[in-house]
Amino acid sequence: MDYFDRFAIPHPSPAIYASMVAIGLTMIAIVIGLTYFKKWGYLWSEWLTTVDHKRIGIMYLIAALLMLFRGGVDALMMRAQTAVPDNKLLDAQHYNEVFTTHGVVMIIFMAMPFIYALMNFVVPLQIGARDVAFPRLNALSFWLFFMGAMLFNISFVIGGSPDAGWTSYFPLAGNDFSQSVGTNYYMLSIQIAGIGTLISGINFITTIFRMRAPGMKLMKMPMFTWTTLITNAIVVFAFPVLTIALLLGTMDRLFGAHIFSMTNGGMDMLWANLFWVWGHPEVYILILPAFGIYSEVISTFSRRNLYGYKSMVASIVIISFFSFLVWMHHFYTMGQGPLSNSIFSITTMAIAIPTGIKIFNWLLTMRKGKIKFTVPMLYSVGFIPIFTIGGVTGVMLGMASADYQYHNTMFLVAHFHYTIIPGVVFAMLAGLTYWWPKMFGFMLSERIGKWAFWFIAIGTNVAFFPMFFTGLDGQARRMYTYSEATGFGPLNMLSFVGAIGLAIGFALIVYNIYYSVRYASRDIGSDPWDARTLEWATQTPVQSYNFARTPQVDSIEALWDLKRNGKPVFQGEIEKIHMPNSSGMPFIMSCIFFAWGFSLIFSMWIPAIITTIAIFACMAHRSFEKDDGHYISVEEIKATEKDWEVLNDENR
Amino acid sequence: MMKIDNSLPLEYANEQNKMNIFGFWIFIGAEVMLFATLFATYFTLEHRVGNGPAGAEIFELTPVLIETLVLLTSSFTIGLAMNAMRLGKKNAMLTFFSITLLLGLVFLGVEIYEFTHYASIGAGLQVSAFTGILLTTLGTHGAHVTVGLFWGLFIIMQVKKHGLTPKTANKSFIFSLYWHFLDIVWIFIFSFIYLKGMM
Amino acid sequence: MIKKWSFLSLVVGLFAILAGCEPLLVLDPKGPQAETTANVIWISIATMAIVVAAVFGLMAYVVFKYRASKQSEDYEPPHIEGNPIIETIIVAIPVIIIIFLSIVTVKSTYEVEATPKGYEDQKPLIVYASSSDWKWHFSYPEENIETVNYLYIPTDRALEFRLYSYGPITSFWIPQLGGQKYAMSDMITTLHLAADVPGEYMGRNANFSGKGFAENIFHVKAMSPEEFDKWVEDVKANAEPLTEEKFDELLKPGHLGQLTFSGTHLGFLPPPEGHHHGSHETNDDEHGSEHAHAHEDVDTDHSGH
Repeated sequence: MDYFDRFAIPHPSPAIYASMVAIGLTMIAIVIGLTYFKKWGYLWSEWLTTVDHKRIGIMYLIAALLMLFRGGVDALMMRAQTAVPDNKLLDAQHYNEVFTTHGVVMIIFMAMPFIYALMNFVVPLQIGARDVAFPRLNALSFWLFFMGAMLFNISFVIGGSPDAGWTSYFPLAGNDFSQSVGTNYYMLSIQIAGIGTLISGINFITTIFRMRAPGMKLMKMPMFTWTTLITNAIVVFAFPVLTIALLLGTMDRLFGAHIFSMTNGGMDMLWANLFWVWGHPEVYILILPAFGIYSEVISTFSRRNLYGYKSMVASIVIISFFSFLVWMHHFYTMGQGPLSNSIFSITTMAIAIPTGIKIFNWLLTMRKGKIKFTVPMLYSVGFIPIFTIGGVTGVMLGMASADYQYHNTMFLVAHFHYTIIPGVVFAMLAGLTYWWPKMFGFMLSERIGKWAFWFIAIGTNVAFFPMFFTGLDGQARRMYTYSEATGFGPLNMLSFVGAIGLAIGFALIVYNIYYSVRYASRDIGSDPWDARTLEWATQTPVQSYNFARTPQVDSIEALWDLKRNGKPVFQGEIEKIHMPNSSGMPFIMSCIFFAWGFSLIFSMWIPAIITTIAIFACMAHRSFEKDDGHYISVEEIKATEKDWEVLNDENR
Repeated sequence: MMKIDNSLPLEYANEQNKMNIFGFWIFIGAEVMLFATLFATYFTLEHRVGNGPAGAEIFELTPVLIETLVLLTSSFTIGLAMNAMRLGKKNAMLTFFSITLLLGLVFLGVEIYEFTHYASIGAGLQVSAFTGILLTTLGTHGAHVTVGLFWGLFIIMQVKKHGLTPKTANKSFIFSLYWHFLDIVWIFIFSFIYLKGMM
Repeated sequence: MIKKWSFLSLVVGLFAILAGCEPLLVLDPKGPQAETTANVIWISIATMAIVVAAVFGLMAYVVFKYRASKQSEDYEPPHIEGNPIIETIIVAIPVIIIIFLSIVTVKSTYEVEATPKGYEDQKPLIVYASSSDWKWHFSYPEENIETVNYLYIPTDRALEFRLYSYGPITSFWIPQLGGQKYAMSDMITTLHLAADVPGEYMGRNANFSGKGFAENIFHVKAMSPEEFDKWVEDVKANAEPLTEEKFDELLKPGHLGQLTFSGTHLGFLPPPEGHHHGSHETNDDEHGSEHAHAHEDVDTDHSGH
């Protein structure tokens, strides 16, 4: 029985047992439901094996929303625990696990899939392509991410969650101080998801460089495509650093190496450096696509072209470059001396300049526009003031001498939530609402959406503004409790109230989806927002081949030019279209990766070796596989395009 | 099949082939970052030997020279294989390709000897930060070579079966990029880990 | 929008009142280093307030003036690519702000990393502050005494803390005296502080270090030099000596109350200075001279023991 002891949770609690039961019941319900409605075949052939970028995008989206709620529950537990002094809701160990998983889930398993959801769905459409460059790899990316996320999420019912913070600093995360398998989960699940992300990075760069519609020069790409390109360039350069950091961490934890340990020459500061050399660019990996989404949304709903396109492009390129030169500001207090701190202060603050340019450009885009406050636009407009507070506090944190006082406090927590929530979450919700009709063929309710926006916008401020004050008053982050004498109580209670507001906002979004599925009109045409870029020049819902004819582009806003100036985009005869075949291999291989990660986490060497061989067998299979895709015939295309052509002509 | 452009070499003959090569260059960019991180870490930990041996005490010139020589030669032979492929000489290409893989196998054999040697003289993975990062860096390169051996073998089998088609030529060409890259990484390992360590 | 702004101003007002009751620790400095950082923080808040006001103002103007409901049906917004003058302005103003703040930052960073102003000519009181799960050990090498979880310091004297850790990375922080710095296992970091005003201050580990992190606090009491000397004499005379066995026991994970010993652990368990783990090149360069200096201290101290 000793062998199975490792799977037990080191710090069980009723909440965890309840979750175990809930997970078990949900799984059973899913299996029964699929069997009862005879949907196994549909699930397998239409989703699990798909290589269609649109479906993969939707699967990313579902995963991201699920993870948003997992991370959100963690957040609520944290705020509830700290709402009053000396609270006994969670013990220290439990609290540590909760804030660790909150951070990892939100950054790696919520924000990342959310941006990849929108990139996957939108970018090929925006550049007039039939799919991404490597559709099969794209499916592999998704399934690797998904299995990594699932692996991370089972940690709290099997073996125990990681508890060393999302930054997982050594030596705390080493075997000496974190004996449970929690940190093994961290190392391996992020590794698996990270490999998927790296593959996506390569895929999207290739797609954008090689598959743009004829005439779409680099400087004629829509802004979201630009930000996707730069983001993926950062991914390709930053993620290998994470790969190595996690590999070395795994060597320490599983194989007894001494890279980051306290003895035998190990160096704890090295982990912090490697982590943040990846970690800071990661912040911009999240925020740049958001900037792209805002550019699209603000331009559409102001009925104006994007102001200062060239400076927008220049600023994202500069931001991506600087993102690699600021990592040390995450640990000014490590004692590297005033010289390096001064240099990194200056590079850090310098990022505010291109970011400021973008803010002003958005404001100038709205100027002289005709602003319609739809839900996506509300998020974009709400983003500007809230993000500005996040940005200016970022500059304050960038000033090394002052950072000695902000570091590790709630001030920092307030700052990064003030950037990540408006910068990433608002953008994702804006993008989700904006592209929703293209994805699903109906619109989300504007009324419920606006309610959700106000709850989220106000909730964000109420939850995080007080933290600036508690931070300056000496409340360190990650404290599971505090005494009454500190006086942190009332402001923490206020934060909790704000967190409840946020929770209501997100619940309203779910309700909105349910409501709109049931009641929304399906007759919305192909371009319900009167938008400007190519993704809206497709049918709704989009055909598997995206465009019957390859578009010819000669401006940044191809569709707008078509609609306003009658510039033709789709010309020439319809030809047969080559499409990639579906494949179960990405899914199967990722499942094996899951088993591989699980085996390593629990140091089960024989299964680990077997699964390693199985992974290589999958690659061998791929190498020998004969897969030339298939063609969609002209007749078939003409049949599906018939109704659409009429509509399209009317639009002109 | 996709449209084939006969004015270009086979490996570039269609759009998918071009994209494969382009994508692989970006992959190599990521690999450069991967090994750069390993090297940076190695240089940071190089002198942190704890109670274990330093590099100068454990590095042996002979196996390292054999490895270097073998890998450099294999980089040359894969070049010859590509040349033969461009000329459409399938058998010559297969010969050079096989020699490349055999040399890779020799390299791997010597590296395995090297690892067991380190373990036997008390420079195993768990001894110090230095040995940890040394073996991880060498191991990462070695793992790449191992993957390359299998991959190359599969390509040889496919070329044998299907001949030089745009598809097999594309795969072979990408493999050659990979193999050259591993060679360059080895040159860095040889210069900055072994030579620097022995001096 | 109006709803939102009125709400925001309500929130901000509420905080102003709340904050007014008792000054926030970081902005209530009791020493020269904390005063420098507090000033930097106020300067940055003032500068950033201008930025915030500009963005909020511009946004309010644009959002009110150009909303669709305020415009005629047939208004068609113009196509404007950009304007070099406007774009230069939106680059130039941030650049100026950043240059200004950079100067402030560099100057103040060098200031807080050195012996506090006005104390340069006197010999600082050296305290080795080391952390173990989840306690702080304060060793006074010259006085040859050691305390756990509390720190007595004289006012009007430069303090030089040498920080290291017997476990995870921790961060030594007394908000009212100055900023924090990490304590790590393989390298000593130095923090320069001074207290101008006698009083009791909160000190804590600010960097997450595991289960007992929340309670990883220490009590700081600044007193007049005479009082401090008296306390030292008292401890020397009355406290039990710190033995190696006792110290090993203290290092075990857990929480201890406040403890006092005569003698320090520096003799039998030297701090990670210079000769740590065979590392010769990485960190020693910039701290080299300090290390040599510190060794003398420890050694002299030993001979006196």
